[in-house]
Amino acid sequence: MARKSGFLVLASVLVASIASFCGSAAIFNPISDAHRSAALELFSPSDGSFGSLEETYEALRTFEVLGIEKELVIRTSVCASVSETLLSSLSTLKDLFQALRVNGILKCELNDKAFVEIASRFKDSLNAANLLLDFYHSIGGLMLIKDQTSEVDVHLGDADRVFRSIKALSQSDGKWRYSSNNPESSSYAAGIALETLAGLVSLASSEIDHSLIAILKNDIMKLFDGVERYDDGACYFDEKFVDAHGHQDPLSASSSVVRGITAFASATEESLNFPGDKILGLAKFFLGVEIPGCAKDLYHQIDALACLENSRVSVPLILSLPATVLSVSRKDQLKVRVNTVLGSAAPPLSVKLMQIFSSGSKDASVIDQELKFDPEHAVHVLENLPNNIDVGKYIFSFEISLQDPEHKKRYITGGRTKVPICITGVIEVKNVEIAVLDSDIGSIEMQKKLDLSGENDVALLANHLQKLRLSFQLSTPSRKAFKPHQAFLKLRHESGVEHIFVVGNSGKKFELILDFLGLVEKFFYLSGKYDIQLTVGDSVMENSFLRPLGHVELDLPDAPEKAARPPPQPVDSYSRYGPKTEIAHIFRAPEKRPPRELSLAFLGLVLLPFFGFLAGLLYLRVNLKNLPRSTVPATFAFLFHLGIASVLLLYALFWFKLDLFTTLKALGFLGIFLMFVGHRTLSHLASVSAKLKSA
Amino acid sequence: MGITFHIRRPNPRSQTITVLAGTQKSEKKMGRSTTSKDAQALFHSLHSAYVATPTKLKIIDSYIMFAVVTAVIQVVYMAIVGSFPFNSFLSGVLSCIGTAVLAVCLRIQVNKENKEFKDLPPERAFADFVLCNLVLHLVIMNFLG
Repeated sequence: MARKSGFLVLASVLVASIASFCGSAAIFNPISDAHRSAALELFSPSDGSFGSLEETYEALRTFEVLGIEKELVIRTSVCASVSETLLSSLSTLKDLFQALRVNGILKCELNDKAFVEIASRFKDSLNAANLLLDFYHSIGGLMLIKDQTSEVDVHLGDADRVFRSIKALSQSDGKWRYSSNNPESSSYAAGIALETLAGLVSLASSEIDHSLIAILKNDIMKLFDGVERYDDGACYFDEKFVDAHGHQDPLSASSSVVRGITAFASATEESLNFPGDKILGLAKFFLGVEIPGCAKDLYHQIDALACLENSRVSVPLILSLPATVLSVSRKDQLKVRVNTVLGSAAPPLSVKLMQIFSSGSKDASVIDQELKFDPEHAVHVLENLPNNIDVGKYIFSFEISLQDPEHKKRYITGGRTKVPICITGVIEVKNVEIAVLDSDIGSIEMQKKLDLSGENDVALLANHLQKLRLSFQLSTPSRKAFKPHQAFLKLRHESGVEHIFVVGNSGKKFELILDFLGLVEKFFYLSGKYDIQLTVGDSVMENSFLRPLGHVELDLPDAPEKAARPPPQPVDSYSRYGPKTEIAHIFRAPEKRPPRELSLAFLGLVLLPFFGFLAGLLYLRVNLKNLPRSTVPATFAFLFHLGIASVLLLYALFWFKLDLFTTLKALGFLGIFLMFVGHRTLSHLASVSAKLKSA
Repeated sequence: MGITFHIRRPNPRSQTITVLAGTQKSEKKMGRSTTSKDAQALFHSLHSAYVATPTKLKIIDSYIMFAVVTAVIQVVYMAIVGSFPFNSFLSGVLSCIGTAVLAVCLRIQVNKENKEFKDLPPERAFADFVLCNLVLHLVIMNFLG
């Protein structure tokens, strides 16, 4: 039982070590020139200003930390805006605070009288304030005034009361609320509160009870207990809700907390024991962001790192490597840099390579070798890699030790730092042989030795009863057998159909035997010339290659009826999707029309019979005697003739421009009229002739 | 009134072919003149019979003549230039022929000697003629294109 539990403990320790080994290897680089160019790009003043005073302050602070000496063309306009804000009585506490912050960097010319008024405004607001942000702006403003002019008295009378009222907003988990009405707490607010209390302590330290400061130290420890972690050792403070000021992301929340705790550390003279690994974790978090995409994030990152670097206690030191890929063939040396987070030089220290873990295996070789410091380039160099190190991927474990014991109190080194390193080299390929074997007997028909450093063009012949064998050996620079990530043989038919085979490894050598008898169906019964191509590759292999070896003429039997067809090869896009041949459209030739004069002549000829008809009527001595004389019948007769004429006119219009529906509609109306009128006329005529007959 | 035809049989003597040159020409002239005389007499009798028809019918006859002549001219035109807009040709010709047919119907109905239509008042026939013509010409105009 004890043995079993002991074994379990050992197993869990191993698993934990592997887990930590897998998880915590990462590289963090300190701030570099890439950040400086990003700052210049992100903080470029658009149409003459950076935006609001708050954004202006962020830009100026970032430039100040990064050491960018930028001649501000907009200095005058910014100073004008600052003085306008400071002198106006309508400015809120927040505006005054932001304006004072900007002035602290730009150092505009301002009248001391203005400062007096503003200081009294801040003091008045402190008496009546109960919101965290009001306290923050007022106390921050008074601190800034104290820095910018010595004429003004910023002494606070009832600092103790103010301290307690700010402290009243704190929660038990170390976070703070923004106001007593709002129950939600946030880390960002905690940072602001700590900064405010630090300011209060520095303004009136003699009046504040030391026990309060001790309680505050406890709060900071509780805040650290709630820190979140990533696998690579980075720590951050996160918000759990969306508060009235919008959601604060981990970067701004962590940055605010860092500002708060470093301000507090600077304000009090007491010893503070911040957890070193968490401070280093915070530094790794900010450095892990690398280059942020927006200006505000860059400001938070740079400001937080500046606070960490200039902190009175717990300055983190970062170990970074300029190159993590070392080449055995080029005889690269392992170089290590140790800097502060902003890239400045570290105090005198020594770096030791303690262990090397090889990935994929649990054992680690203990090295314990010190790196030599090169003061010219400020790097620590490992002169020679350990002898038994072969190509592959490893994790190197370094330890930093500070030489001065005073520095040990101030700087955080973080114990063991694990860094992933990749060691590459030239892999030797030898004894490359390609042969065609007879299937049953195994005798060699044709065998060729290849030299892969040069061009190869073997020409082999095989039929479906034979086999193709390829074999070669790979060895590392340390003469050990090497297993690459990829070892493929590709056979490509002249029609474009390809077949890829993985070259198997039997420990000492690589061998592939293609039995064509079994592959006949896979090759779709295609006989002909197959190009052979060998691919061997790995990330640690500097000479990965993809080489044509030659070709093999395969003679396969004919395909039976039901055999699978080879897959269609991709068609040349241009021939399929390109423009097609142009079609010449043959239009129907228009009908021949007769000449115009002929048509007009016949028009005249057609009208002739009409005149002939009229002449005939005259010859017959046609008369209108039967036309009614009296009014009413005469009218009807006239309307009858008019109706017929109008219908004929309608027909003429129909031919020229109307359509059938309009015509039919009009014809309907005219028809009814005509019917009525015609009936009256004709019945009148009929009655007249009947009277004549009877008479 | 019936129309009777008298066909005078030619003199059998005129059919014998005589060798005498002198009498041949006169005999042929007499044969030709007999034929032409017969034709002339026929024509005259027809003409005199026709003259007796009432004026109304003569008006209708002249209208029919006018329509038919117009149709003939259109056909001749089509024969010369080809029938490209065939529908136009058809509508033109059919308009003439259709109106001629309707006029013939009118003549039959109006003719007092026709016992079949004794009870039909001529005004009614005329009204039918007008209506049918209007419908015919609507269709013609639509088909003319």
